[in-house]
Amino acid sequence: MEVGQMQRQWVDYMRSLFMEGFLDDQFLQLQQLQDESNPDFVVEVVSLFYEDSEKLLNDLTKTLDTKGTDFKRVDAHVHQLKGSSSSIGAQRVKNACIAFRNFCEEHNIEECLRCLQQVKQEYCFLKNKLETLFRLEQQIVAAGGSIPMMELSF
Amino acid sequence: MNLTNGKGSMSTASSNAAWKAGDVVSDQFPAGLRVLVVDDDPTCLMILERMLRACHYEVTKCNRAEIALSLLRENRNGFDIVISDVHMPDMDGFKLLEHIGLEMDLPVIMMSADDGKNVVMKGVTHGACDYLIKPVRIEALKNIWQHVVRKRKNEWKDLEQSGSVEEGDLQQKPSEDADYSSSANEGSWRSSKKRKDEEEELHQQFVAAVNQLGIDKAVPKKILELMNVPGLTRENVASHLQKYRLYLRRLSGVSQHQGNLNNSFISQHEAAFGPISSLNGLDLQALAASQLPAQSLATLQAAGFGRSTAKSGISMPLVDQGNLFSFQNPKLRFGEVQHQNASNSKPMSLLHGIPTSMEPKQLANLHHSAQSLGSLNMRVNDPGAQSNPLLMQMAPSPQSRGQMINENIGSHVSRLPSSMAHPIIPNGISSSVLGRNVIADGGRGAAYNSVSQNSSMVNFPMNQTTEFPVSSFPVGSTPGISSLTAKGAFPEDVSLEIKGSGGFVPSYDIFNELNQPKTHDWGLPNAGLTFDASQHANPLQGNIGIPSSVLLNQGFSSSQQSGHHSGASSVGNTMFAPGELMDQRNAQHINHLNTLLLGNSPRVKAERIPDASSQATFFPEHYGQEDLMSELLRQQEGIAPAENEFDFDGYSTDNIPV
Repeated sequence: MEVGQMQRQWVDYMRSLFMEGFLDDQFLQLQQLQDESNPDFVVEVVSLFYEDSEKLLNDLTKTLDTKGTDFKRVDAHVHQLKGSSSSIGAQRVKNACIAFRNFCEEHNIEECLRCLQQVKQEYCFLKNKLETLFRLEQQIVAAGGSIPMMELSF
Repeated sequence: MNLTNGKGSMSTASSNAAWKAGDVVSDQFPAGLRVLVVDDDPTCLMILERMLRACHYEVTKCNRAEIALSLLRENRNGFDIVISDVHMPDMDGFKLLEHIGLEMDLPVIMMSADDGKNVVMKGVTHGACDYLIKPVRIEALKNIWQHVVRKRKNEWKDLEQSGSVEEGDLQQKPSEDADYSSSANEGSWRSSKKRKDEEEELHQQFVAAVNQLGIDKAVPKKILELMNVPGLTRENVASHLQKYRLYLRRLSGVSQHQGNLNNSFISQHEAAFGPISSLNGLDLQALAASQLPAQSLATLQAAGFGRSTAKSGISMPLVDQGNLFSFQNPKLRFGEVQHQNASNSKPMSLLHGIPTSMEPKQLANLHHSAQSLGSLNMRVNDPGAQSNPLLMQMAPSPQSRGQMINENIGSHVSRLPSSMAHPIIPNGISSSVLGRNVIADGGRGAAYNSVSQNSSMVNFPMNQTTEFPVSSFPVGSTPGISSLTAKGAFPEDVSLEIKGSGGFVPSYDIFNELNQPKTHDWGLPNAGLTFDASQHANPLQGNIGIPSSVLLNQGFSSSQQSGHHSGASSVGNTMFAPGELMDQRNAQHINHLNTLLLGNSPRVKAERIPDASSQATFFPEHYGQEDLMSELLRQQEGIAPAENEFDFDGYSTDNIPV
C-alpha cells in the first residue's frame, strides 16, 4: 500500500473512532503536541495510560470483590481513572467511569460491579482500536510518510 | 523583586530578577516561567509537562505533594507558580495549597476532574489563584503567567501598605519587606534551615500566639514573646505575620460567610444587633442605607418616618441622611416586626456598630414622622430593641406584617442590616446580615464581619439608599422582611424607590430573583436576606466590596448579585419592605417616602419574595418614584460619600473579592 492510501485509511479510521465516541477532542490535543522533537508522544502517553488503568482496574476488582467494600476507596480509584481517561480523550471509558461513580455514591454494590465490567469492556475496546491506529501510523512512518493532522469538523 | 526600600536586597532570587524584571526581560516572558506541577496521575502529569513545555515554560513535575513541598522549601525562589491536583493520596491538594501559600506565597493553580461548585469554591477559599477542570487544554495553560504577574504586583502593593501600618514595625519595614520578598534573607522565617516538621511546629506556635493576642493586636514583638522560641528573631515573625495576614485576608474575603473573619467589625456589629430586634436592625439599616440627604430625611421625617431612628440608637451615620427613611419605612410596617425583632437582634447590633449616627434630632424627626405613619410603629424588640428606634415606631397595625417581618427577620435579620444601611447599612447590613446569618446560621457571624468589612458596601452611596429605607425596612428585620415578603403584605405602592434611584433597582431585581426559587441558586436559604455566607461567601464578599456608589446605585444589585447578597439585597429589601407595609397605612406617606427613597421597596418585598425572603422582593419592583429617585440622587451627589463614615476594618472595597 502506498503512503497516500495508508494516510487516507488512517484518516478514515480516526474519523470513525470519533464518530463512534471512542475518542474525543482531547485526543487531538495530544496529537498536536506531537512533533519532530516528540515524535512518539501519543504512543508514550497512551502506554502510560494503559499501565495506570490496568493497575486501577485490578485494584477495583479486588476492592469490589471483598465483603465490606470500601466505597470511598473505590470512588477514589474511579475518579482517578476518569481523570486519566479524559486526559487522553478516551470518551467512552470516561463516561463509563462517570456512571460508575454515581453508583459508588449510592453504595450500590451490584451496580458497581456491573459498571466495573462496563469500564473494563470499554477499556478493552479502546485498546484494540488504538492498537490498530498506531499500527497504521507505524506503517505510514515506515513508508516515509507523515501522520496527517486531524481536525474535528463534525 | 527588588524592594524599593532596598533593604532587603530583594534579590532573592533569580526568580526575582527574572520577574521584576518581568518588565525588563519581557520579550522573553512568559517563556522560562518556572512551573512546578504536582499530580499523582502519571498520564496527566506527562501530558501537562508536555503542554507546559510547549508553552515554553520550565517544568518540574512530581507526583507526590510531600516531594513538591520539599522541592519548594529547598529552592525557595526556584519556582514561579505551582499547579496541583486536588485529589492526591498522600496529601490533600488544598492542604498543599495552604502550605505553599503560607510558606512560600507562590501562586497556586488547582486542577481536578471534579468541577463541582463546592470543590471550586474550596479552591477559592483556600487561596488558589485559579482552578482548572480536567482534561486541561493547552490554551488554559498558556495564560497562567498572568497569575504570577498579578501576585507580584499585589505583593508589592500589600507590602507597601501593610508595612506602613505594621505596629511598631515601621522601621522594620524595609527589612520586613526584605524578609517577605527574599527567601534567602536570613531574617525570614522560611529561610532558616528548619526541617519541615520544625517549620510546621513553629507555624502552629505562631498561630496560637496570634490567636491569643487577637489578630488585630498581634504585633511581632508580642508574638515573639509568646512563642518563646530561641533563635527566632522579630524579623522572622514580622515577615511571617505579614504573609499570614495576607493569607487570612484572602480567606476572609472569600469565606467571610464562613465565619473566617474575626473582624472586630463584626463582633461589634453583631453585638449591636444582637439585642435589637430584627426590626431594629432593619431600621438601622434602612437608616443607614437611607443615606438620604439631610433634606430628604427631613422630608421623610415629615412623612412620618422618624420613628425608630431615634430610638434604636442605631448609630448609623448615614442614617442622618437616608437612614431616616429606611427606618421609617420599616417602622410603618414593623409593628409586628417588633415582636420578632428580638429574634433578629443580631442584625440590629450590626447596625449599632455601624457608625450611622442618627442625630437625635433627626431621630426625633423620624420619630415624628414615624408616628404619622401610624400603626407601623415598630416596636423593635421590646426587650432589647433599642437598636431600632425605627422599629419601635412601627405601628402595630402591621401586626401581621410585623410578624412577618419578625419571622423574616429572624432568619434574615442578618441580611437586612446589610442591605438596609446603604451607606451605613453596608456595614450594618453586613453586620446585620451577618448577624442574621449568624443568628440564623448560628455562627456565620464571622461571615458578617466580612460583610462589615465589606462595609465598603456601606459606603455605597447611601444616598441612594435612602430609597431603601423607605421600603426596605424589612431589611433590618430580615426575618421579618422575609416574612413580609412572604406575606405579600406589602403594598404594591411601595415600590422601591431604589429602583428609581437608579441604583438599586437592578439589585433588587436580582434580589427578587434571588428570593424566588432562583435564589436557591444562590444558595440563599432565605431568599435573599441571609447572607448565605457559606454558600456565597464570595458573592457576599463581592458585594460588600462593591463600592458604595456602585452598590447604592446598583441598588443592591450588587448585593443581590451574589446569592448572598440577598443579605444586602435584603437590606435593600427590607428597606423597602417597610415601604410596602406602609403602603397600606400611609399611602401618602409611602408616596412621600417613595419619592424620597426608592419607595417601592416594601412592595417589592412583599410581592417578590415568595419564599419569605422578602429581601428580594423589595427591590426594584416598584421603583415608581422616578422623580424621587432623581431627586435623591441629586441630593446624594451633594452628600459626601458616606464611605468615610464607616470605619471599616481596613477592608476597602478594593480588597473585597467580588
